[in-house]
Amino acid sequence: MASLVGSRVERKEDKRFLTGKGRYTADINLANQTYAIFVRSPHARAYIKKLNIDKALKSSGVVSILTGKEIADDKIGGLIAGWAIRSEDGTEMKCPGNPPLAKDNVNFVGDPVAVVIAESLAEAKEAAEKVEVDYKVLKAVTSTADAMNGDTIHEGIDKNLCFDWLLGDRQKVKEAFDKADKVISIDIINNRLIPNAMEPRACVADYNAASEEITLYTTSQNPHLSRLIMSAFGNVAPEHKLRVVAPDVGGGFGSKINVYNEDIVCSWAAKKINRAIKWVAERSESFLTDIHGRDHVTHAELAVTKDGKFLGFKNETIANLGAYARVFGTVTPTYLFGPCATGVYEIPAAYTNVKAVYTNTAPVDAYRGAGRPEATYTIERLVEKASMELGIDKTELRIKNFPTAFPFKQTLVHTVDSGDYVAGMEKAKQMADYKGFEARRKESEAKGKLRGIGVTSYFEACGIAPSAAVMSLGCGVGLWESAEVRFNPTGQVTVYTGSHSHGQSHQTTFAQIAADELGVPIENIDIVHGDTDKGTFGMGTYGSRSLAVGGIAIVNACKKIVEKGKRVTAKMLEANPEDVEFKDGEFIVSKSNKKKTIGEVAFACYLPGVRDEMKSPLPEGDEPGLKETSFYDPSNFSFPAGTHIAEVEIDPETGHVKLEKYTACDDFGRIINPMVVEGQVHGGLAQGIGQALYENAEYDETGQLMTGSYMDYTMPRADNFPEFNIGYTCTHATTNPLGVKGCGEAGAIAAPPTVMNAVIDALGGQEVTMPATAEKVWKACKNLKKSNAKAA
Amino acid sequence: MGKISLEVNGRKVEKEAPDNTLLSTFLREHLQLTGTHIGCDTSQCGACVVHVDGNSLKSCTALAADVNGSKVTTIEGLETNGKMHPMQEAFKKLHGLQCGFCTPGMVMSAVDLLQKNKKPSDTEIRDWLEGNICRCTGYQNIVAAVKEAATKM
Repeated sequence: MASLVGSRVERKEDKRFLTGKGRYTADINLANQTYAIFVRSPHARAYIKKLNIDKALKSSGVVSILTGKEIADDKIGGLIAGWAIRSEDGTEMKCPGNPPLAKDNVNFVGDPVAVVIAESLAEAKEAAEKVEVDYKVLKAVTSTADAMNGDTIHEGIDKNLCFDWLLGDRQKVKEAFDKADKVISIDIINNRLIPNAMEPRACVADYNAASEEITLYTTSQNPHLSRLIMSAFGNVAPEHKLRVVAPDVGGGFGSKINVYNEDIVCSWAAKKINRAIKWVAERSESFLTDIHGRDHVTHAELAVTKDGKFLGFKNETIANLGAYARVFGTVTPTYLFGPCATGVYEIPAAYTNVKAVYTNTAPVDAYRGAGRPEATYTIERLVEKASMELGIDKTELRIKNFPTAFPFKQTLVHTVDSGDYVAGMEKAKQMADYKGFEARRKESEAKGKLRGIGVTSYFEACGIAPSAAVMSLGCGVGLWESAEVRFNPTGQVTVYTGSHSHGQSHQTTFAQIAADELGVPIENIDIVHGDTDKGTFGMGTYGSRSLAVGGIAIVNACKKIVEKGKRVTAKMLEANPEDVEFKDGEFIVSKSNKKKTIGEVAFACYLPGVRDEMKSPLPEGDEPGLKETSFYDPSNFSFPAGTHIAEVEIDPETGHVKLEKYTACDDFGRIINPMVVEGQVHGGLAQGIGQALYENAEYDETGQLMTGSYMDYTMPRADNFPEFNIGYTCTHATTNPLGVKGCGEAGAIAAPPTVMNAVIDALGGQEVTMPATAEKVWKACKNLKKSNAKAA
Repeated sequence: MGKISLEVNGRKVEKEAPDNTLLSTFLREHLQLTGTHIGCDTSQCGACVVHVDGNSLKSCTALAADVNGSKVTTIEGLETNGKMHPMQEAFKKLHGLQCGFCTPGMVMSAVDLLQKNKKPSDTEIRDWLEGNICRCTGYQNIVAAVKEAATKM
């Protein structure tokens, strides 16, 4: 039987999406359902002096209006930060309460203060207009860089500082800098982004008074985790009385990890009114209230010798958390960021210091790459600057500082098990025709254009998160994943996974893995996920963990199935279990060559004694049935890596940046489905290039979101991109049986510095902040002209 | 309230709906044709594209009453006798979709492109699809799928 792992298998999920049969949360309508509209703060920071719902209650069709008072009276818990971070001085981080409906004060535009529930959506909207809220508006804090000097947003949290965290050794770094021939320094703004999954968030909550069960359909990347949080911290219902279903979900990119206010409020309210409630975000609500990403202000320095050896690195970052610390809010700018700060280089001394601050803006949390794009952007901009200042070719300088052997023990945290960074660099250069660049630069010059080339070598820590490693960092909980593999008596297989697919193609790639492990045709394998009533507890999908953690749980559960199958076959064929081999779906007794198919074994396990002459095929100690579960906790992170090269052409008359070429050469370890991996790379690149050239979330000084619609926030479109040139090197991960590393975030991590390095190269080294819009680039072109004229 | 009469996916439908009902709402809420998606509130994303009398239209930009009497085709009506349209086949073959949310509008828009331009270039495809936002695919495989479909239609 040909192996399916490694093949371009077309997706099992596609037909329903292509024929309009997908079932997204907004497509779900329940009998007798009501509609919810949230009344949201129009102010970034204010006290709620008075909230009057009298007029609104009299509005036609209103079923109920609930406010922060009722939710507090019912002791419904608030939204939480998932990881506890300790400051350098040993103190615990400081987190404000974040009630699902604000009662006393609001802290960002969009913070909900009440929910209006009515018979129809139109009636709910009309009544919501009649809710009167009297606010005392306070001065908002919106700037990341100045947040520590602003008014105190949350009582008792001085300087708006959640924590002041250090990873690394300041003294060693000082010694390294003292020895340096040269120090390269850089100031960087990592611009705030809005994830913008195409499906707006939504939820439908239902209550069954007879069974006292709440069912919540919601747009989540991790339904089990949502249920846990809502139950343990939200006090919405005990877990066995709360079912969370995340059906088809239209993209996540991190924005659908969090339990949101609306999930808690609708679940709680459905029980209160004893009816189903439907809420679907309008896009403008998504802009205001989905978590945002990035938003760092960084000063970094690299100590080097004159021949280009890196000696020391420091990174001083202020990270904006927004108004509240959410699930991945505190871990994203620390453990997902700091350990990756030194990039793919041997740097003997390093530290990262992060001050995480609150502002009156939407909460900032994990967005595709989460911490690793920010880390990579800093080190790769710095290395590129070093290459300019030292006059050493940008690829040679990188190669000079790559690790020479694996495992590669980094200065800060990670031990990278496998990789070949030189091979990746050489292949990328060849794919991009790096040598031919100077000729192309001249051609552009002849047309009056500026051409630049940019390089990035990156690695990332994926497959979050090995418990042992996470615990040793003093960082709360680790993240394993579960799988259950269940045979039907007639030989088809259902695989339950705790991860969730919202575009990642698990229904296909996980089935490929199980098909190979079990020798069962892929069409006889179903992958089930996204419903807490089906399958065991699982942690969900983010951080490129589904395959590297969830996929391995499937492999391990399949291996247990095969072990049982061997014992059963041995009993059926009167052989020793040690003499039974399993290959391509058949159990073969090596001595007699007698065999049983896995289907026959499954049948025998469920209906012992019916088909065969023997009374029972089950060995002593084995129970009937063929179903196995695995909980897999990885031994280490996985470390995808690669080199990307971009070329841009700038029109100095308009400042327009045209991305001419983009080459990505990645090492993802073993690839399960090349077609799916290409899609993941393309999508990540589009988001990364979007950050570099187009996207930016901007608040004004009063805390109003200036980029709150697709008219204002530049989403990358089809005509913004060239055809991407994609290739791979492959070193297998040594820490998991599939040798896989993860591919979902690479593009979003590598593309911003790659593109910006190219833009800045074209501009003769002038710094430009992301996004490199025509206006900024045009100004830089004018400066360049002036300085060139002076030099002449 | 007014009566809306349409031929949707070859079937005549007549429903009472409030006068301000958008075509997208009419399809989703009144006819339960939930394949047409709503991804924004400014007519930018294109997830709601359907065909009205043969031409693509963002169904959130028209009132159902505006298109009264028209023939409407949605993503649910693109198959013939249970066989997917060449555009649907090409999207599947070349991985032109991931989460599937923008897909119905993207496919309907692309089908209309090939009705108007049988052999579009890459640039023409990218320009035409400028009104359809996809956050997952980076568009590369969508462009490839449209080119593939052009050879089959």
